[in-house]
Amino acid sequence: MDLSAINPVLLIASLMVAATPLLLAAIGELVVEKSGVLNLGVEGMMIVGAIAGFAAAVETGSPLMGFVAAAVAGAALSLLFAGLTQLALANQVASGLALTLFGLGLSALMGQRYVGVKPPQMARVDLPLLSDLPILGRILFSHDVVLYFGIALTAAVWAVLKFTRAGLILRAVGENHEAAHALGYKVVKIRTLAILFGGACAGLGGAYISLIRVPQWTEGMTAGIGWIALALVVFASWKPWRALLGAYLFGGVTVVQLNLQAAGVAIPVEYLAMSPYLITILVLVILSADKSSAPASLGRSFHASR
Amino acid sequence: MSTPPLLTLEGLTKAYPGVVANDSVSFAIGEGEVHALLGENGAGKSTLVKMIYGLVKPDSGRMILRGAPYEPAEPRQARADGIAMVFQHFSLFDALNVAENIALGMEKPPALRDLAARIREVSEAYGLPLDPFRTVGDLSAGERQRVEIIRCLLQDPKLLIMDEPTSVLTPQEVEILFETLKKLKSEGTSILYISHKLEEIRTLCDHATILRLGKNVGECTPADTSARDMAELMVGTALKTPERSAKAFGEVALDITGLSVPAPSAFGTALKNVHLAVRRGEILGIGGVAGNGQDELLSVMSGEVTCARDAVKFDGKPIGHMGPTARRGLGVLTAPEERLGHAAAPDMSLTENALLTGSVREGLDNKGFLKWGATRSFAERIIKGFDVRTPGPENAARSLSGGNLQKFVIGREVLQRPEVLVVNQPTWGVDAAAAAAIRQALLDLAANGAAVICISQDLDELMEISDNFAALNEGRLSAPRPTAELTVDEIGLMMGGAHGMEVAHV
Repeated sequence: MDLSAINPVLLIASLMVAATPLLLAAIGELVVEKSGVLNLGVEGMMIVGAIAGFAAAVETGSPLMGFVAAAVAGAALSLLFAGLTQLALANQVASGLALTLFGLGLSALMGQRYVGVKPPQMARVDLPLLSDLPILGRILFSHDVVLYFGIALTAAVWAVLKFTRAGLILRAVGENHEAAHALGYKVVKIRTLAILFGGACAGLGGAYISLIRVPQWTEGMTAGIGWIALALVVFASWKPWRALLGAYLFGGVTVVQLNLQAAGVAIPVEYLAMSPYLITILVLVILSADKSSAPASLGRSFHASR
Repeated sequence: MSTPPLLTLEGLTKAYPGVVANDSVSFAIGEGEVHALLGENGAGKSTLVKMIYGLVKPDSGRMILRGAPYEPAEPRQARADGIAMVFQHFSLFDALNVAENIALGMEKPPALRDLAARIREVSEAYGLPLDPFRTVGDLSAGERQRVEIIRCLLQDPKLLIMDEPTSVLTPQEVEILFETLKKLKSEGTSILYISHKLEEIRTLCDHATILRLGKNVGECTPADTSARDMAELMVGTALKTPERSAKAFGEVALDITGLSVPAPSAFGTALKNVHLAVRRGEILGIGGVAGNGQDELLSVMSGEVTCARDAVKFDGKPIGHMGPTARRGLGVLTAPEERLGHAAAPDMSLTENALLTGSVREGLDNKGFLKWGATRSFAERIIKGFDVRTPGPENAARSLSGGNLQKFVIGREVLQRPEVLVVNQPTWGVDAAAAAAIRQALLDLAANGAAVICISQDLDELMEISDNFAALNEGRLSAPRPTAELTVDEIGLMMGGAHGMEVAHV
């Protein structure tokens, strides 16, 4: 066992990379749930985003195009969910589960040609001076654009929900859709937009795994991150910064356990592999003592005649 | 009227599958007039105001607002044209604060800080003080209504529509509201006022239009018409008032001593050292502003919340630890306030709903197997005995109008021959004739030797049927007093005045 092989600087830097897919998916789902919709299809939208982004990046040679394609693919899949739940008034739980199963199958089909292919590399941001700072430079200032985008998105979602009218309307729709309708807000339209946003975010998160974190394509490579994102939203009490905290915690434990595995610690690999899921959920359960903040209309179908 | 009317309705018609909600309704609302809209449940009042507010499109007919045709496609447009509405079931968001709630009802709200200042200013001016940063879920019913009213007033409406505004208020709060409405009227705002409470309409309104089964069946000047005449216009037949027979009370049936229960949720109320005793043949009325522990008290009596064995006694036997089914077996029955979701399962049929509370006392199951035939005839008995208007017992509870479902929910308990019956808001949202029938059923029940506890926010109702009256205030129950000796003012004081609110300084 050789713990000295673990470099703390690299550890923190890779923690942020490991956390980003989860963060993106969770922020998207947070917005969806704030609008009162429970979309259990995050895992499916992520994996479809992963393969769509991977394919687009390989074909165009541009990782950035890959991310755009991933967001579009995630949103397209979520549109199916929106149609089912908002127009056809299908049950949200069943539709979400179906979406996940569908996404897993679809991605396997789409990805057959891409197994073993190497995607183009995403350039790292190179900030003169900042990136050259001794330790902070490596930890904070030499990542790819999408990682920063994830943090910026968290800040943006927090600010929009807290300070803007659009955010207020979104929260109102999730809180009491009948009252929002009575005041003349278009509940179905607002929810559909939120679902699309959530789908695009999940797609981005998936592509981050296949293009940057791993980077290659294997079937089922999201490995339950979508489910963790769903749990994260609940345990983060629908608060964006807490979702960020939870995502980094999950990323941190993941990276640490990988390093411990590499260092040959005498704990069975299975226990190490399950530790990120266990520890994240445990910490968030303790954090989420204030349970009153769930959107009151979460998971309820809305129809104007009722 | 010398000036042209503000809003004229001409031949408005709206049909839903199977029912014509409005059948060519015409009337006019004058400038600065308080116009009452009267009618039983299902007479089409709500549909009519929804058309005026742009929530529902009329099939035919037209509206004229100050000489120009008025066809609102959505509430936004109605608000832009100066029509504002205070809803019967408040359209508020519990988790948001007052200012956020008000901002949601405005087209172009100012920044939250400026809006808060405006809210303070307007609410003081109209004698309805409100703190803009309080969370709405923590407010009393009266305060919530203020939020809705202020939301309307901030838009300088020409016409304010109020759908049953006083059904949840204490007498003092009603007075404050009326002062506000009179001030609005003196400033030239017209008000369309919907209510079941005819005495209120007589004191407040200049003109009344009466709807029956979707048709305009008459108009009157409320000040010159007696409440009884208006009620008969609404119903179309002569009205029966509940009769009570003189009787002596029997033994104490239900006895609660020193009961304290912590609040079940963040928005709930803790019960503090509650004492009450109700005898056979007695109706105990419990008044109080909504949210002062009514739901909690009911759940303690129904057994949904259990407590110390000796805190609740039935016929001298401790039952505090028993759950609802065991208590039903003994004959302690309850009918909670919330019809959809608590008293009835909305998407289940009336037969199934009859089974849910009736299986124990009516013997509707046999070793775990259900007797559907017996259940169905029990449901039919309720429908027949309480004049529930529905095509049949196989219809879902949700499909019934509020008043009809209320009749079903009360009837279901009354027909199970209770020893003790606890009802919460038995006539909430029920029209005059049906309310009278429900009250009569409660009186008959007591006359036949049952003990009845009636929790209600309708003081007229409590005055009418209860023998003794006690008030709930922040989870504390006052000592009961004979109703006959009480005046409305004294009751208001027992209920904790206007619940810590100031009276209008207008």
